[in-house]
Amino acid sequence: MTDASAHAPLLAAHGLTFSRNETPVFGPLDFAVDAGEALLVQGGNGSGKTTLLRVLAGLLRADGGRIEIEGRLAAPSLRAQAIGYLGHLHAQKGDLSVLENLDFLCGLHGRRERQSPEDALAIVGLAGYEDALARQLSAGQKKRLSLARMWLSPAPLWLLDEPYANLDLEGINLVNRMVSAHLRDGGATLLTTHGAYAAPPVRTRMLELGGSA
Amino acid sequence: MSAPSLYGAARALLLRDLRLVWRRRGDALQPALFALLVVVMFALALGGEKQVLERHVAPYAIWVAVLLAGLLSLDSLFRGDAEDGSLEQWLLAPVPLAWLVAIRVASHWLTTSLPLLLAVPVLGELLYLPRAQLGMLMLTLLLGTPLLSLLGAVVAALTVGLKRSGILVALLALPLYVPVLVFGAGSVTAAAQGLDPTGALLLLGAGLVATAVLAPMAAAAAIRIAQG
Repeated sequence: MTDASAHAPLLAAHGLTFSRNETPVFGPLDFAVDAGEALLVQGGNGSGKTTLLRVLAGLLRADGGRIEIEGRLAAPSLRAQAIGYLGHLHAQKGDLSVLENLDFLCGLHGRRERQSPEDALAIVGLAGYEDALARQLSAGQKKRLSLARMWLSPAPLWLLDEPYANLDLEGINLVNRMVSAHLRDGGATLLTTHGAYAAPPVRTRMLELGGSA
Repeated sequence: MSAPSLYGAARALLLRDLRLVWRRRGDALQPALFALLVVVMFALALGGEKQVLERHVAPYAIWVAVLLAGLLSLDSLFRGDAEDGSLEQWLLAPVPLAWLVAIRVASHWLTTSLPLLLAVPVLGELLYLPRAQLGMLMLTLLLGTPLLSLLGAVVAALTVGLKRSGILVALLALPLYVPVLVFGAGSVTAAAQGLDPTGALLLLGAGLVATAVLAPMAAAAAIRIAQG
């Protein structure tokens, strides 16, 4: 790694735009997130928060601008290594147990060293639910299972889409603690929320998305 | 431990699919039951005349039954994974999407087509299929059904973005299936008439090799578009 890329932010977007059927959704956006930082993406319903995260993850193609990861243009293989994405869909199979779901997703995405699925489940408050079927979980518990997946993910950059939705107060606190720990380990996080009620107590930048809402 | 290998991801996906099928064992029998129904209909419609069935009908009817049963299960190939967001995670995984698609098609073949193939000797008996032709029939089906699954995967991937694909899957898949049916069923009768079926078998094999490489890539491209 060269000196220049050592100082490059973990994620940077330059003039990023996205349109759906000729209607601009957001942009042009310029922002950067450094290791150890969180970026809070705010905006009302329909302001393009989810779309922005999907563009950054590579699920949608941006119409203009470029995305850089550690100073290098974000090619799909680089993104796959660097980005963990928590969306509205949990990618959980109702007929599999909690632990089996987690095992599969770890097999797909890889797993951090010195972390076991059992530990991750204990951290998110699902200890004792290892053998419960995922379809028996409540919406908040499903969210917690997804958070356990993020916790095990080796990706340094977390994209969390509405991580606080469906969670109780203790769960909101849990998200904040997880994000803080992730940032201390040198990671970075982008998270969307429609209200500022749950900003994590870390170095946070704000990105306000305007829009029709 | 950190980055998943191709082998590790394949193992995880296969294990997941086998577990899911085991949890819903009854569903796994559906294609075989459907093929049985089709075969019984043929036998009933033709009046159960032994000579007509064994001479003209048996290999064709079994091939058509297997093909239709495969078509019926095609929609389940990616739809469940698309609806619960699993496909999103496949797209974001650090292993190639085409590899995951290939593994998924393989596990789908194992859990839907293989039980069907095991039932073929029974279906053959129902239609008075001459025992001497059973070996050739099984061989063509062993070459043909993976080929059908791979071709079907491209069609299933193309329609995965639609709420209900219904008849569209059949319309798109059947033209692709026709050559497989012609060569598959044709080589059984050719062998029965004492002709050399090697050419048709080799063509089926060549088709299988080509689609095993190309179909996962085409299906992966289609999934990328559908998830966009």
